[in-house]
Amino acid sequence: MLEFFWTWIWPPLLIAIHSLAVLVVLLVLLAFLLYADRKIWAAVQLRRGPNVVGPWGVFQSFADMLKFVFKEVVIPAGSNKGIYILAPMVTAVLAMSSWAVIPAAEGWAVANLNVGILYIFAISSLEVYGIILGGWASNNKYAFLGALRSAAQMVSYEVSIGFIIVTVLLCAGSLNLTEIVLAQKSSYGLLGWYWLPLFPMFVMFFISGLAETNRPPFDLPEAESELVAGFMTEYGSTPYLLFMLGEYVAILLMSAMTTILFLGGWLPPLDIAPFNWLPGVFWFLLKFCAVFFMFAMVKAFVPRYRYDQLMRLGWKVFLPISLAMVVIVAGVLVGFGWAP
Amino acid sequence: MIAGAFFYLFATILVISALVVIVSRNPVHSVLFLILCFFNAAALFVMMGAELLGMLLLIVYVGAVAVLFLFVVMMLDIDVAGLRRGIKQYMIVGGAVGVVVLLELFIVLGGWVISPEAAGNARAPAPADVSNTVALGRILYTQYVYFFQAAGMILLVAMVGAIVLTLQHRKDVKRQNIPDQIARRRDQAAELKDVKPGQGI
Repeated sequence: MLEFFWTWIWPPLLIAIHSLAVLVVLLVLLAFLLYADRKIWAAVQLRRGPNVVGPWGVFQSFADMLKFVFKEVVIPAGSNKGIYILAPMVTAVLAMSSWAVIPAAEGWAVANLNVGILYIFAISSLEVYGIILGGWASNNKYAFLGALRSAAQMVSYEVSIGFIIVTVLLCAGSLNLTEIVLAQKSSYGLLGWYWLPLFPMFVMFFISGLAETNRPPFDLPEAESELVAGFMTEYGSTPYLLFMLGEYVAILLMSAMTTILFLGGWLPPLDIAPFNWLPGVFWFLLKFCAVFFMFAMVKAFVPRYRYDQLMRLGWKVFLPISLAMVVIVAGVLVGFGWAP
Repeated sequence: MIAGAFFYLFATILVISALVVIVSRNPVHSVLFLILCFFNAAALFVMMGAELLGMLLLIVYVGAVAVLFLFVVMMLDIDVAGLRRGIKQYMIVGGAVGVVVLLELFIVLGGWVISPEAAGNARAPAPADVSNTVALGRILYTQYVYFFQAAGMILLVAMVGAIVLTLQHRKDVKRQNIPDQIARRRDQAAELKDVKPGQGI
């Protein structure tokens, strides 16, 4: 009986506990990062931002969450009800499921997949479904237009993100996220992380990440001056909360991906005494928060793009540059014999 | 045993959702069940140890192809009753194609059962020492590199063809030309005029 428990019940239970721990930490972190996002935005605009709930307003996100949950769910009469309910769930579940492969420190990933980065790429290319389905099922012109914009935008920027990831993979020689971080470990410390050798790709990845997650200045799917609230126009209460949750978890994922691919994941900046005493997760969180701070700052001070300019940037600027960089990086690696 | 149970789970969902794709009344629901179908096929790939193929199936078919399907289906004003009327004509052709494919599958898979050594004729058996990503890369970029390049060329030609067929330059639309905007200097854009009092320019 005990043997049965250890072989059949315990491993799945362990995975469930591990996943639950990741989700709880992620959502609590999200609540405070959401607050940080609003505070940074407010500071740039010389406002106070949320400051009522709790000391300095730190519990604002929890109050917001309770507000959304206790509101009545209103489903428009002309909507396609099943899909209308399904869409926000798809967004939230997909966004959270990609966190299964993120290693916050060595060996901390729930699933250490061989094709981890392809898994993340696959999941993030599916996130567009939540948006298209939500926009279509609402049976509303603005929602549908917002959904179409968003889908076109996400599909366009995925192409260049794919090529950027390819250059990193060429340098690291593995699709496994843990291996990618370990490949950045060198005697140069933080100068050996891929942000310096692949600096153009680092910048492009950050900008593509903004576009992929529909963050300002690329938040055209929900440009309120043109489309009310885009695909979320008809949504309120908990379904809206799920959409927002999915969007922010995707933003956090982009920050984590930037950290892992370009900023050395959990590696300390210098592998000497005071730095490598600290646990890896500390460095991961520090870099992760720094990237998120950049996301928040961009939201605060860059004006919104026009839609044709957005498409031009994706297809005519990023795609050729990233394609050329794949060839250049591969050529340099083979030419100098650095290929792993 | 567990692997078998999961295989039957995924396979059953796959077959049922494939069936729903053709019987569903709403075309959008059809596309959604097609996506479910792809998902289960990817799960089967992963179960067989071909995780690269599974992920590629998700990225290419679910992330790109099905999105375009969904786009087209959502924007078309489809007359469902009209589609239903023609179902009998299509049923014969579709059924014939289905039977041919089924027979071919029987011949190929049955051949493996009747003479197991036929399976050994595969040109590149899966190596045991490396992950299937590495194995696939080795085969694709060494032994089959010309076929790979040819496939790439065909896709490129198809893409160029599609763009040429649909591209039209409208003369009545003002377009932004960023090099022109950057190349513009002050003397081309502004002019100083000496305006006499009491007169216009």
